[in-house]
This record gives sequence, structure tokens and C-alpha cells, in this order.
Amino acid sequence: MIDALAIDVHGLSKSFGGTRVVDGFDMAVPSGKIYGFLGPNGSGKTTTIRMMCGLLKPDGGGGRALGLDIIRESREIKARVGYMTQRFSLYGDLTVRENLTFMARLHALPEVRNVVDQALDEYDLAPRAKQLAGNLSGGWKQRLALAAASLHQPGLLLLDEPTAGVDPKARRDFWDRIRRLAKQGVTVLVSTHYMDEAVQCDNIAFIAYGRKLIDAPAGEIPARIGLHTIRIEGPGLQPVYDALEQVPGVEQIARFGAALHISGRNAEALAAAARPYDGRDGFSVSEAKTGLEEAFIWLMSGAEDNFK
Amino acid sequence: MKSLSRILAILGKEFIQMLRDRLTFGMMVGIPVMQLLLFGYAINTDPRNLPTLVEMGDSGPASRAILQAMETSDYFDLVGTVGPGSSVENAMRDGEAAFIVTIPPGFERALARGERPQILLDVDATDPVAAGAGSGAFATIVQQALEPLLGEITPPVEAVIHRRYNPAGRTALNIVPGLLGIILTMTMAMMTSMALTREAERGTLEALLSTPTRPHEVMIGKITPYVVVGFIQVAIMLAGARYLFGVPFLGSPPAFLVAVSLFILVNLALGFLFSTLARSQMQAMQLTFFAFLPSILLSGFMFPFAAMPHWAQAIGQVIPATHFIRAVREIMLKGAGLDHVWPQIWPLMIIFAVIATVAILRYRRTLD
Repeated sequence: MIDALAIDVHGLSKSFGGTRVVDGFDMAVPSGKIYGFLGPNGSGKTTTIRMMCGLLKPDGGGGRALGLDIIRESREIKARVGYMTQRFSLYGDLTVRENLTFMARLHALPEVRNVVDQALDEYDLAPRAKQLAGNLSGGWKQRLALAAASLHQPGLLLLDEPTAGVDPKARRDFWDRIRRLAKQGVTVLVSTHYMDEAVQCDNIAFIAYGRKLIDAPAGEIPARIGLHTIRIEGPGLQPVYDALEQVPGVEQIARFGAALHISGRNAEALAAAARPYDGRDGFSVSEAKTGLEEAFIWLMSGAEDNFK
Repeated sequence: MKSLSRILAILGKEFIQMLRDRLTFGMMVGIPVMQLLLFGYAINTDPRNLPTLVEMGDSGPASRAILQAMETSDYFDLVGTVGPGSSVENAMRDGEAAFIVTIPPGFERALARGERPQILLDVDATDPVAAGAGSGAFATIVQQALEPLLGEITPPVEAVIHRRYNPAGRTALNIVPGLLGIILTMTMAMMTSMALTREAERGTLEALLSTPTRPHEVMIGKITPYVVVGFIQVAIMLAGARYLFGVPFLGSPPAFLVAVSLFILVNLALGFLFSTLARSQMQAMQLTFFAFLPSILLSGFMFPFAAMPHWAQAIGQVIPATHFIRAVREIMLKGAGLDHVWPQIWPLMIIFAVIATVAILRYRRTLD
């Protein structure tokens, strides 16, 4: 029986050396979805992922992954979950094939040779099978890591910043593969800092300072926060930036190329703040759609820093 | 079955990595060869012709015969004679003489009367190993020198040696068993602690543990290859000892195997313990050297154990190399069997049990 929820955890907490890294974290991820996991560096994403795949025992809370208890059945979970670490964690001094063979044997898979050959084919790694993994470029390393994490055909993939430091083409290719896996019914939880990747997720959970701030479909997030944005274009924007910083109703200012995006929850106050620039020489003011990036920057700046 | 297949997977992987890391592999094979040649040929711990002063309190045919015999023995090089009461102490303090022979006044007459007069040998003990052979041979030399004059009166004089040291003398025969202990201590503890720390340092342990692999499978799989390496090192050393230096192997091979296996295990456990303490390979290496120095200095390898002060002997007793070196010397050179070396075997067992227990307890804690 396939559980309707691939991940279902409640109240997960973890402290390291007296610092609460994850605090009362809940999450429910339906099977077959791509779930984006966003948050600033050090927000507890990695720790949360490690608790979900049985690598780390939570101090408090609990739950299930693929219907298995994350505390008591961590070994069964490990056999059915694929985890791709943030840092490349395969052996640089082993070849591509040796790395895959090694992982296949750790999972005690039958017919290791076939499994590895198939993975080499599927991930176009066959021409590089004899290359040392340490000599691969960043994009190929990530591809090898994904191949290794999905060798045992896991029902759930936990990917921790899989595309950090990878060029755009390799990233796009990587995401094509993730979507293909999702289509086959694999649930994917992927953490990222890239907005263009975040919008490809079915749902996004945003975590800061160990607490989840929002969990919603990507398109709904700006509306949920209720953030309005106005775009101001014109010459010499720095004085405008400085002036608007003092104006009530403007909660956030961000530069977007040759324009300023000012955001705030009170639409009228925001419009009033922008009005003086409307029609001024060379300036143009227009209503803009609040993007994910503005939404997340706003969330981050508003989040309470409980590390202090 | 699955567990075994996983252990074999880790084991095989470890061998591939070991062979691919040329430098480390070269070190594991090169260190025994290099040390053997160095200690066997270059470092002469049985030096001869050490400078010797004679304080002549008396002179006559007997004292002349003794000095003659000393000179021909090769141990002593008579660089000068001094009259009674001169500054012989200074000569030794300044390093001009390693030995000072004192023939007391009235020596000849006392000898003729059969009174067993004393003859004194002062030994510079600052380098006890260097002076050991000469002082050890002194009494025999004196005895043999006087035989033609007095016949086989036993013993005609009383040879007194101040700061007498290491009467057995030291040769390549004695060095080889010691080297076995030292090299195994260094390479086994260092290689295992570094191999284990490497996984954590490079983040590969995370990937390993995200599979159903159990911690003890990682441990067994990673450590076993180094047992094999240890035996290869032992084989290299034994072959070198036999064919380069003609060191005999008189005792029981099974007893030797027991001692070597146990000692390798102790050092692997030590390396394993270090890996739980160290955060990086660099730290693992530093810890190994921390353990390595006392093994060299206090195990009886460098300096005779019995000559160390009591506190140093006490420390030496908890150093595994101390017991191993003793056991191997007894087996190889004195032909001992397992029953004879049992007093060295059981302390090794206790040391192993203690180290392994602490290591496993710490390993559990570091995983989380």
C-alpha cells in the first residue's frame, strides 16, 4: 500500500551544543510531489533532512517517512530513501563505476553489475565510467551523486542543495531528471537557493532559524504573505533608495537591474510613497507582481533570530 | 549474508583506495625496509674503540697485561694515562673519555697475595648504549688477561663497574624485534586513524551511513585491510632480518603469530580510538606521533628497560610495544614458546580490551 504522505513529521526539534537548530518542525509531503525546501544558510534545512532519513535522532517530535517511523525504523528508511548530501560525498579516488558499484553493494542490491550498467546508461555516465570521480567537473559530480542516491530505486529522494555551484545548463539538465523521477512516482524534497528552481516545485516550505515560516504552493506564497510591490525605473536611483528608506509603508527595497522594487503590506501607503516619483523627469512607476525572491527576503528579514 | 556483503564491499573499496594512494602505499612498504637498513647498517649501537683513560695507581706485569688486553679487545682505545689524583673526572665530563680504568695503589702486591683486589671501571652513562658493550666485556677481558700470569684462579680480581650498563650488549639481533614493534605501532595506528578520519573529513561517511550499513560494518570493513598490511610488513621485516642480517628465528612460530596478531589488533584499536578523537587527518597523525614517541623511548627499544627509572618503567608497562618487543625477543632470539611469553601476552590482551572498549564507546557517540 502506498502511503498518501511520503513525509509526515511533527514537532521535530534538534539542538547542538545548547543551540536549537530545528524547533518544532512540521511537514507533510504528499507522494509523488516535488517539494522545495528554502531558507537562509544555517536555517536548519540540512539537520531537518538528516532527521527525516534516519541519520540523526531528533531530540523531540517524530513522524514517518514512506510510512516508516523515523526513529525506530531508521534502517528500513535508509534502504528506501535516497539522500544526496550537500557536499560531494562519493570517493574522489574511485572511478565512476567503482563508486556506483560500492553504493550498490552497500544497499545489498542483487545483480550489482546490471544495476550499475543501467545507471551509467540512464545518467549518460557510461563514457566516463573509468574516470576518477574526483576529476569530474561540478555538474558531472552532481549527476553521479544523483545516480548513486537513486541506485536502489528509492521512493523518496532527499536532495540537499544538489545544484549549488553548478552551471545553468547542468542545473537545467539536473532538474529535467528530477521531474522525470517525480513522474515515475518518486517523491522529491529538494533544498535550494535558486528562485528559478523554487518555482518549479509543486510546493515550497520556507524555514528560517529552525522554524518553518510558510508552506504553500509556489504561486500562492506572495499572496499568502500579502505583500505588494511597486517598480520604479529611472536615472540615478541611489538618492531615491535613500529617501524611500525613511518613508513609512515601505518595508523593503530591492534593486532589480535598472529598477527599484519597493514592497509593503499596506497597498495604499506603498502607492503614496511611490507617487512623488510618478511623472518626474525620466521616472516611471508601475505596479509589479511580487516575486518569490521579494517574498523570501521579506520573510527572512522578519524572522526572529533565536540564535542570539 | 547482507551484512557480510556490505563488509566485503567496504573492504574491497578500501583496498582499491589504498593501492591508488601511491604515496601512502609506498610508505607502508618503504618504512619497514628503510628502517631496517637504517638501524641494521647505519646506526651502530655496538660502537668500538671508545676513548679510555687509565689512572695508574700501581704498575707491574698484571696491570700491563690488563691494559694490553683492553687495547686488543677493540672496545677500548687507550688515549692516555694519568697519575693518581689528577683530574680524570673532568676528562669524562668533557667527553674526552668514555671509560676510565683505575688501578688502585698496591694492586700488584694484593694480587700476588691472592687478596682479590678491586679494579675500577668508570663508565660514561650519558650514552649508555654506546658504552654498554665495553663495560659488559670488561670483567672477562681482565680475567682472560690475567690467566697466563696466574693460571685459572677464579676470579683473581674484583672488577667494579660504576654505572654499569646493559651487560648483554646490543646488536642487529636485538634491533629487529624492537623494530617490528615500533613500525607496527607507527603504521598501524596511523593508517587506521587516518583512513577512518578521512571518511568523516571528506563527508563520505555521511553517504556511507545514509545506506542501511551499520556502524560496526564500516569499522570491520575499514580495519581488516590494515590487518593484511600489518602482516605484509611483518613478512618484509622477517625476511630482511633473516637474509640481510642473519637474525635467527629460534622459537615457536605459533607463539610469534599469536603475539603479532594481538599486537596488530592493539594498534588498530588505538588508531580507531584516535579517529574518534581527531577531527581531521592531520590531528589523527599528530595523535599517532604522540603515542609513537613513548613507544620508542620507554618500551625498551631505545634504552634497556631495566635501566630506566621506576616511574618510566611504570609508564612503559602500559605501552603495548614494551610487551610485544619483549615477547618477540624471547621468541626469536631465545627460542621461547607460548608458555614462556605468556607474561607478555596477557598484558597485551588487557590493553587491547581497554582500548577497544573506549574506542567503541566513543565511536557510538561521534556518529550522532
